[in-house]
Amino acid sequence: MQDHPARTSLASKQNLLEVKHVSQRYQTGSGELGPAVLDDVSLILKEDEIVGLLGRSGCGKSSLLRIVSGLVFPASGEVSYLGKPVGGPVDGVAMVFQSFALFPWLTVLANVELGLRAKRVTKDEARRRALKAIDLIGLDGFESAFPKELSGGMRQRVGFARALVVHPNILLMDEPFSALDVLTAETLRTDLLDLWVEGRMPIKSILMVTHNIEEAVLMCDRIIVLSSNPGRIAAEIQVKLHHPRNRLDPEFRQLVDKIYALMTKRPAPAAHGREGAFPGLGFGMALPRVSTNTLAGMIEEIAAEPYLGRADLPALADSLQMEVDELFPVAETLQLLRFAEIEEGDIKLTPAGHRFAEAEVDVRKKLFGDHLLSYLPLAARIKLVLDERPAHTARAVRFLEELEDYMSDEYADRTLKSVVNWGRYGELFAYDETSETFSLENPQ
Amino acid sequence: MQSRFVAFTSLGRKALPNHYDLFAFALVFAAFIAVTHVSHGVTLPLTAPESTVVSLDYKLLPYYALRTTLRMFAAIGASLVFTFVYATLAAKSRRAALVLIPLLDVLQSVPILGFLSFTVTFFLGLFPGSILGAECAAVFAIFTSQAWNMAFSFYQSLRSVPRDLIEVARGFGLSWWQRFWQLETPFAMPGLIWNMMMSMSGGWFFVVASEAIAVGDTTIKLPGIGSYLALAIEDKRIDAVFAAIITMLAVIIAYDQLLFRPLVAFAARFRVELSAGQTQEKSLVAQVFARTRWMRALMRGPGELFQAIALLRMELPLRTSAPGSQSPALSRVIDIVWVVFIGLATIWAGWLIIDYMRQELSVSDVLQSVLYTIFTMVRVILLLALATLVWVPVGVWIGLRPALAEKVQPLAQFLAAFPANVVFPIAVVLIVRFSLNPDIWLSFLIIFGTQWYILFNVIAGATAFPNDLKEAVSNFRIRGWNWWKNVIIPAIFPYYVTGALTASGGSWNASIVAEYVKWGNDTVSAHGIGAYIAEATADGDYPKIVLGVAMMSIFVIMFNRLLWRPLYALAERRLRLD
Repeated sequence: MQDHPARTSLASKQNLLEVKHVSQRYQTGSGELGPAVLDDVSLILKEDEIVGLLGRSGCGKSSLLRIVSGLVFPASGEVSYLGKPVGGPVDGVAMVFQSFALFPWLTVLANVELGLRAKRVTKDEARRRALKAIDLIGLDGFESAFPKELSGGMRQRVGFARALVVHPNILLMDEPFSALDVLTAETLRTDLLDLWVEGRMPIKSILMVTHNIEEAVLMCDRIIVLSSNPGRIAAEIQVKLHHPRNRLDPEFRQLVDKIYALMTKRPAPAAHGREGAFPGLGFGMALPRVSTNTLAGMIEEIAAEPYLGRADLPALADSLQMEVDELFPVAETLQLLRFAEIEEGDIKLTPAGHRFAEAEVDVRKKLFGDHLLSYLPLAARIKLVLDERPAHTARAVRFLEELEDYMSDEYADRTLKSVVNWGRYGELFAYDETSETFSLENPQ
Repeated sequence: MQSRFVAFTSLGRKALPNHYDLFAFALVFAAFIAVTHVSHGVTLPLTAPESTVVSLDYKLLPYYALRTTLRMFAAIGASLVFTFVYATLAAKSRRAALVLIPLLDVLQSVPILGFLSFTVTFFLGLFPGSILGAECAAVFAIFTSQAWNMAFSFYQSLRSVPRDLIEVARGFGLSWWQRFWQLETPFAMPGLIWNMMMSMSGGWFFVVASEAIAVGDTTIKLPGIGSYLALAIEDKRIDAVFAAIITMLAVIIAYDQLLFRPLVAFAARFRVELSAGQTQEKSLVAQVFARTRWMRALMRGPGELFQAIALLRMELPLRTSAPGSQSPALSRVIDIVWVVFIGLATIWAGWLIIDYMRQELSVSDVLQSVLYTIFTMVRVILLLALATLVWVPVGVWIGLRPALAEKVQPLAQFLAAFPANVVFPIAVVLIVRFSLNPDIWLSFLIIFGTQWYILFNVIAGATAFPNDLKEAVSNFRIRGWNWWKNVIIPAIFPYYVTGALTASGGSWNASIVAEYVKWGNDTVSAHGIGAYIAEATADGDYPKIVLGVAMMSIFVIMFNRLLWRPLYALAERRLRLD
């Protein structure tokens, strides 16, 4: 950073963007406002910095990015860009998408030109600028290719070129590398950082959303950690390492560990029962979609060498090749079901977890079923209803509607699906997909 | 593959008609009754314009073929414009969609051939003494056979544009006009083109049927293949019938090669898929065109003009309200007012229908029409079952042999486009010659043109059967009935439903033409609602036409909702192979 003359002290920089007390709520199916996604989030983006929004799925980081870009309006609070309130898509802000979001019927060149042509830039000028952006981002020779002919990495380069060509002040990036394989993502990250450090991109600052802790530490000057359900700012961390950063640098590792610990810290119990944030208990708890095979596999992994019942999460993530976004839901489900405990970025098996690891299939299923009944109110509830009814059947809609009082339709659906799967594994109940009915009997 | 693009309003489990259907149905038929009233007063007696003399001279056939084709293109043009306006309105306005979508659903089920007599009188009234009226009526008839499923398909595409692409468009500040041409229309293109092609294939049937129309004592014959055929029937000239068949064959081949295939190949470019597809649509004509220099140079001008138009901003001066600026309370009040208005319109339209029926028809008429509709329904069901028994095994056999399927598939698509009514006279001659029972033998004409939809969809399904499953099947030695029941039928089921659904709709429509056929002075008719409507048309008995068409529409709607939609939903949920 120090090798760029314009980037000296942050304090004297102009505020490009200000987010003040922004809250956002889910829109439920009936069009009413549901539980909060974002709760009182404020942040400032200055010139010459890369700021990372780090959080897990469901923490509202993508919602926040869309609010910042003017695509979505917050339920309350305000966003201002260069001192003026944002009331719709802003000219000086461009976005790069996780899914690339290229128009498949346009060539690379036409994709890059589109934003300019829409704004009435003349054909020749648009062509000149588009070619320059394509050149900058390393897409030379691919101008006439269609997106479906390109590899993921090349497609995301088109995404970058398309964003840069309009010369935005702020570049927003919504998990831009998470749809790419590890090698491609690393190359693209390095290329982007080189361009940034050398000041060759026509932008003033970058706001990026990520769930990858190492990526955030590698790229950002400031990391804002968001907690989940609802999304709040949990911490803000300055990264003062010089570019290019080395992942093996002890300082780098320390920072990664620190953020792991931060992100796995149990949140303070929710003020009123309705919200029930994840490890906090309650009927209306949104459950992640985690397969029982993954849960069992994770327990075995932690129980075996070299961890022997206690594992450091970053190390575990590394050895299992899992992203944080995949690892945390598994770890937390284990914690929820009392098969493991998470503390200080470590995961530790409980005695029940050890028993599970050593048991045969049938015993495992029994144990799993018992824990579901004891620690998962929704599972206990379904079982109770089934036991009480003379016919021992119940429609799924009934539970789904109750869940929708607590969370968005999408989450309610996912939560019920998870319970169905776990319940099936634990042999608590059967579920018939066609009639969407729970029952106690397994089909013959 | 292609059959993904079937157009349905909704695939929910609540398939039964709801109050919006009631509204749509009442409105459609009230409108028809109103048109009848108006055209009654203005235009009777009708005089057929002079310039519509048709001769059986073979040399005129190319000219007639051209006229018929032009009618077809006029109708497809009108359908496209309708699609863009109607579907866009329905997709952008929640309140408009409440009305427009059920309306479209009902219109799709109305056998429009039955209403030919009304539309003819109506358009002749608009352009008295001119041939333009009759032309408009014919084009309108074709339009009504094409527009609805195109509009549905477009509407569905507009509703399912990927969210991130919308965000890109908004982020770059594309205006509504730019968004429509740069994002929404290209995205909808594969579905729209496929439906357009299916529509056109079905349309040939209507163009033939609508060129020569007799309403009461008035007969109108527009120059075209359909009129040529009608005249051949009147004069009992079997040679002319064959000449018409051959001409039609040539027309359909040209249409298939010059339009259908190139367009389907073109549509592949707009698919939103992130890998190059394995199924490559090929078109010889498109390939040749891509290699020519002059033709491409010729097309550059119009292409650039279109691009320039698509990039205009076309801002609407009055669209200043930002989303969310309208208060929810106000929005709710407008909703209530809107629903109340819809309710009142329904009651008024329903009253109009009941009043009309009470004046013109007796209870026995209604009972008779119900009975006849049941006859026709039994016919449609039996023949669909028969066609299924024949074409599913054949289609599976062909589809599992890729080399053969590649050759047969275009043929089946071609046959589906060929207007079956052109060959009806031959069947009639046979029935008259051998004194066959029309109630049985005419039935086959109903399915004659539509069975190919079953065939080519089943072929498509069997072709798409994954190779690893094929290998698993032979590895586990699954054979015989077990193979049919557990392997291939579930695998082709979604495709079969698509084909059978199309065939069923087409068959209902065809019954109007197929249950009542003539050969010179001989009239052969079967008992059924189609013959009922056709006879009423020949007699100029308007109330009976309305009754017959309404009854048929009710049955078709019920048929779709109670049979096809649940089957389709089942196929979507359980039997998708991806």
